[in-house]
Amino acid sequence: MLRDITLGQYYQTDSVIHRLDPRVKLVTTICYIISLFIVDNFIGYIIAGLFLALIIKLSKVPVKFMVRGMKSIVFLLIIAVGFNLFLTPGETAVAFWKLKITWEGIRLAAFMAIRLVFLIMGSSVMTLTTTPNNLTDGMESLLGPLKKLKVPVHEISMMMSIALRFIPILLEETDKIMKAQIARGADFESGNLIKKAKSLVPLLVPLFISAFRRANDLAMAMEARCYRGGEHRTKMKPLIYKKRDALAYGTVVCYLALCVVFGRILL
Amino acid sequence: MSIILDHVNYIYEAGTAMEYAALKDVCLTIPDGQFIGLIGHTGSGKSTLVQHLNGLLAPTSGNVYYNGADIHDSDYNRKELRSKVGLVFQYPEHQLFEIDVFSDVCYGPKNLGLDKKETELRAYAALKQVGLEDDFFYQSPFDLSGGQKRRVAIAGVLAMKPEVLILDEPTAGLDPKGRDEILDQIAKLREETGMTVILVSHSMEDVAKYVDRIIVMNKGQVMFDDVPKEVFRHYKELEEVGLAAPQVTYIMQALKENGLPVDTDITTIEEAKTAILQALNR
Repeated sequence: MLRDITLGQYYQTDSVIHRLDPRVKLVTTICYIISLFIVDNFIGYIIAGLFLALIIKLSKVPVKFMVRGMKSIVFLLIIAVGFNLFLTPGETAVAFWKLKITWEGIRLAAFMAIRLVFLIMGSSVMTLTTTPNNLTDGMESLLGPLKKLKVPVHEISMMMSIALRFIPILLEETDKIMKAQIARGADFESGNLIKKAKSLVPLLVPLFISAFRRANDLAMAMEARCYRGGEHRTKMKPLIYKKRDALAYGTVVCYLALCVVFGRILL
Repeated sequence: MSIILDHVNYIYEAGTAMEYAALKDVCLTIPDGQFIGLIGHTGSGKSTLVQHLNGLLAPTSGNVYYNGADIHDSDYNRKELRSKVGLVFQYPEHQLFEIDVFSDVCYGPKNLGLDKKETELRAYAALKQVGLEDDFFYQSPFDLSGGQKRRVAIAGVLAMKPEVLILDEPTAGLDPKGRDEILDQIAKLREETGMTVILVSHSMEDVAKYVDRIIVMNKGQVMFDDVPKEVFRHYKELEEVGLAAPQVTYIMQALKENGLPVDTDITTIEEAKTAILQALNR
């Protein structure tokens, strides 16, 4: 049942991309997203596509996992493409009934589709190759300077790691309680909306109680180990830049330069 | 009138990298009125197995029959099946949700579509069956002690008047006194009603005293399926898979090795006492 849902979809394998510092991957992802909005011709998108293909190849993650992530945006993609296709003014390419498709519309729709697809694929490479814990560590380190502005960076990243860690636990718990209530004759599927909402009470009450119980236990366990926030806290595996990380940063800069030159200025 | 599992296989997350076979070619017949202990180490597939018995999980391949009908036929009434085969999950107290104990026990029979009077009669009878005092009936289930909560949860399933009662680790997390109380109550219940009871546990000690058949699961397969004393004869093999025979089996074996002519097929402490006294000619 709920077991099949995957969130925080890390794909376990050993590759160059997996071994990169999470900060590099975060910065690269942000740069990649920016690059998608800098370029506005097809050569630019070919460069972006090649760059993405190279990274996917290096990450050793099967392409079908990337494609799985696309399912969630199919609807958004259709709407975005549809609107651009039909509502862009310009020279008419095809016209039927009251609708007309313009050359400008086709161009814009194609760009929009490519952008969205690359954007989702690019960010899923990051989540597929980085464990949630590493990701929040990277984020904490990158946001470090904000500490000077009294932003509780450590606390925010700790909350994020805990929330991410609890998703599978609570999913499992939901599955268990659901089964237990079905064994007592509960019916979560049939009936109208009101009846369905009512039938969720026997699921939600135990779930909330269990979530609070777990939160309490965790707080107690953290306190027992003298956790008191970010001040002077050291890490078991501190993030240290290695040679390959510098190399990766270099590649990203080259890529951005290529994008600006070919995608914007030259043509 | 029985439950039959015919070459049941179950695979978790089939078709992914995490594919895992939880049940491998399980064939079992569970006749009416038997008291069965289902034993296995953590991850041996025992919880997966019991969820097949009331149709919560459907086998990846193979069939499950209840009273001669395949429970996964498209026109089979699985809701009715769940009232006939009552399943009490591990830590069942985590499923309580109502404002008081009595309404929580009413939840099951109410789902069966029974009228108010019948529902309340059944809830009352079930709470009596698990030995809960009247004083607790209108308290919040969350104010009760761990052992009491568990009784309420078991009553919640009993109120549906099942023909087969399955309890998944009913003693997990209870102290020895609470454990004995619950197990004695279940044994008494079974004597009174004559229903089939399947007790899931990882402790031989717990079940040896009560059951008349033991099914040992290991890595998704049925390893032994026999009367307790026959199963305990294999105590060395049981140890290899992380299980153990009851302490008393070891004592009897040790006594015999040291020259005291005792019967080693003994499973309970009472029997052991008689046997030792007999061997010493007292």
